[in-house]
Amino acid sequence: MRVAFLAAMMLVVAVPVAAQQEVPPAPFAYRQLPDPDQEAKAKALMVTLRCVMCQSQSIADSDAPIAGDMRSEVRTRIAAGEDPEHIRQWLIARYGDYVTYTPQIKPITWPLFAAPVIILALAALLLRGRFKRGERIDTGEQA
Amino acid sequence: MIAELGLAVLWMAAALAALQLVAGALALRPEGGQLGGLVRPVAVMQGVLVLIAFAALVWLFVTTDLSVKLVVENSHSAKPLIFKIAGTWGNHEGSMLLWVTIMAVAGAFVAVIERRLDERTLIATLGGQAFISLGFYAFLLFASNPFARLAQPAEEGQGLNPLLQDIGLAFHPPTLYVGYVGLSIAFSFAIGALITRNVGPAFARAMRPWVLGAWIFLTLGITAGSYWAYYTLGWGGWWFWDPVENASLMPWLAATALLHSVSVLQSRDALRAWTVMLGVLAFSMSMVGTFLVRSGILTSVHAFAVDPQRGAFILALLAIDIGGALALFTLRVSTVTEGARFSLLSREASLVFNNVMLCGILGIVLIGTLYPLMTEAYGVKVSVGPPYFNPVSAIFAFPMLVVMAIGPLLRWRRDRLTGDRAARVTWPLAVCAALALAVFVGVETLAHHITLLPALGLALASGLFPASFLPLVGRNLRRTPLPVWGMVVAHAGIAVSLFGMASESAFSVERLAALTIGESRDVGPWQVRLDGMMPVAGPNWTALQASVSTRYAGAAPTVLHPMAETFTNPPGTRNESALQTRWNGQLYVVLGEQAQDGRWQMRFWWKPFVPLIWAGGAMVGLGGLLALLGRVMSDLRRLIAKDKIAYRRTRQGR
Repeated sequence: MRVAFLAAMMLVVAVPVAAQQEVPPAPFAYRQLPDPDQEAKAKALMVTLRCVMCQSQSIADSDAPIAGDMRSEVRTRIAAGEDPEHIRQWLIARYGDYVTYTPQIKPITWPLFAAPVIILALAALLLRGRFKRGERIDTGEQA
Repeated sequence: MIAELGLAVLWMAAALAALQLVAGALALRPEGGQLGGLVRPVAVMQGVLVLIAFAALVWLFVTTDLSVKLVVENSHSAKPLIFKIAGTWGNHEGSMLLWVTIMAVAGAFVAVIERRLDERTLIATLGGQAFISLGFYAFLLFASNPFARLAQPAEEGQGLNPLLQDIGLAFHPPTLYVGYVGLSIAFSFAIGALITRNVGPAFARAMRPWVLGAWIFLTLGITAGSYWAYYTLGWGGWWFWDPVENASLMPWLAATALLHSVSVLQSRDALRAWTVMLGVLAFSMSMVGTFLVRSGILTSVHAFAVDPQRGAFILALLAIDIGGALALFTLRVSTVTEGARFSLLSREASLVFNNVMLCGILGIVLIGTLYPLMTEAYGVKVSVGPPYFNPVSAIFAFPMLVVMAIGPLLRWRRDRLTGDRAARVTWPLAVCAALALAVFVGVETLAHHITLLPALGLALASGLFPASFLPLVGRNLRRTPLPVWGMVVAHAGIAVSLFGMASESAFSVERLAALTIGESRDVGPWQVRLDGMMPVAGPNWTALQASVSTRYAGAAPTVLHPMAETFTNPPGTRNESALQTRWNGQLYVVLGEQAQDGRWQMRFWWKPFVPLIWAGGAMVGLGGLLALLGRVMSDLRRLIAKDKIAYRRTRQGR
């Protein structure tokens, strides 16, 4: 009885799986490149590319079909010897800047790169003011 | 009936908050002094009422009352009880009610136990708390009523997202909320002290346990959230710099800075203005986080524009509360003297440096999180992710970690590293630095292809870990105060966590494989074999379960059971990963779909030392708990001593 029930369950579960298989995933969506160096290169690129259909996930950690297609695309191109940055530019041309987690240096993103510099300058100013006054009081006390 | 009761009680609580604000404001004037007696009881009553309202909502969810809109949209009669309860706060309205509940209960708690702070400052604090609460009451009652009924009761509820039906996530949001709202108390204390011009050690002493408590909850909440993401999302990632994660990280960064500066204020009467500023900043970050998560602006600026009511409401609250606090701060900052001075080489100075660095990281996270929203307003969609956040925050984090190793060894006010002090401070630190350098050189030369950041992380962690224990050297360990232990454990926890993060990103092995039953693969030092498949069923899901036997370097095999679950209400799937933990890392196994040729898609990761990330987080939380415990115990001891003195006096008087 229990076995029959579980078998029935199995059928229920199997239906959506079969439905999704009508379009098989791209060849390298769930398969790694045989050469570990190339795979490492592909992986390093994939973690910096955004899955355009999901929220805040890179294509390296998404189950979405489009992420699988993009992984396959990246792996195929890496295997063909293409430069990772070249692949990134190709994807940007196709999907826009949204696809890369590494912000590209463009007029619209320069404040993003200026931010750490400005914050560092502010911090230096703050600390300098603080300690200068502190030192003066300190030596003043000694005198 | 219960829903109407909940709503009525919520209105009454809001009215009491208004009374608390007015009475508090009037009591600060000379002619309204008598009203001061009203503030504490009203605060307590408000806490009790809002707790009843929250209980009413929990009850509606537990009984699955399908005439209530919120229950229909977020629950289902066939859900396990624990997820019905968790469903109460797994949605917008419920989570905002949870927010005001925690806020009012915390306010009531302050009203009951805080006796050592100047009464006027306390009344101003409770008034400030009521002011913030009122904004959220208005938000609940006018823009997101959790008790709204449907004209026609529904047949069945729509259920809860399967990803959220997880025990870890059931308690993750409340933990974070306690942290956020604990910071609202710190904020109110800062406001109270500014209004009554009473920024000093007494204020710091009253504020510190709240900051500490909030910080413990934030630490644990973030740690638990990260582990939840790690094991449910099924790809082995544990931190994504996702805006929602950043929303919880920003208050933590500010609270960490606040925690340290409030300690300085309490024990040294220094950094007065800075502490007040951080008190304002920490809660502001909680509100910004809530705005980001709750307004829907994250999915898209346009989604926000389509239904702007809620977002606009929170934005207005944000502007009023933060803007008001900052205005008050600028008005009064000139009356807040800076407090005691200190020299460049002192414990205060190292704390100030690290505070500034923490604020630097906070600034980077804030800008990186908001930047895509800003460009989207100009019609350009960009993404800011780990390749930006990791290196840029490291610019601030790495110097901070170095100073963190040194600071606790320095003396207050002024230190000189000559003679005897050199032996106590310089040499032990030099040994730790040498260790860090050795690890760095070792990793760079021996390991294959390691990028700079993980290598630096491994090195710093190895130096920081022993350095964290140096403050204990030369102390009588049995008489060392608990807060010192707390600091040591928390700092060591940071080192442990950093080691885990660096090791995970440097040494993880990934193996994607399509396996037939009986086939095996190597994953780093592991050998894994797919033994079989079994269908299984849970209360509201069915699943396929794989049996995978794993052996580490030829040792005896253990069997793991990763599952692919299918939920029916609402329909959805979830991959339940299986984890095998060893002292030196974790094996992570995920079952994917069946390929056309009948083989099973499986994903394996060997992640050396990855559990240290969360173990370190737990240590940091434990350190906070020890510090809090030390403070509570010394308070109790003082109370007991006071009682004894009073007792002797009465006896002698007799």
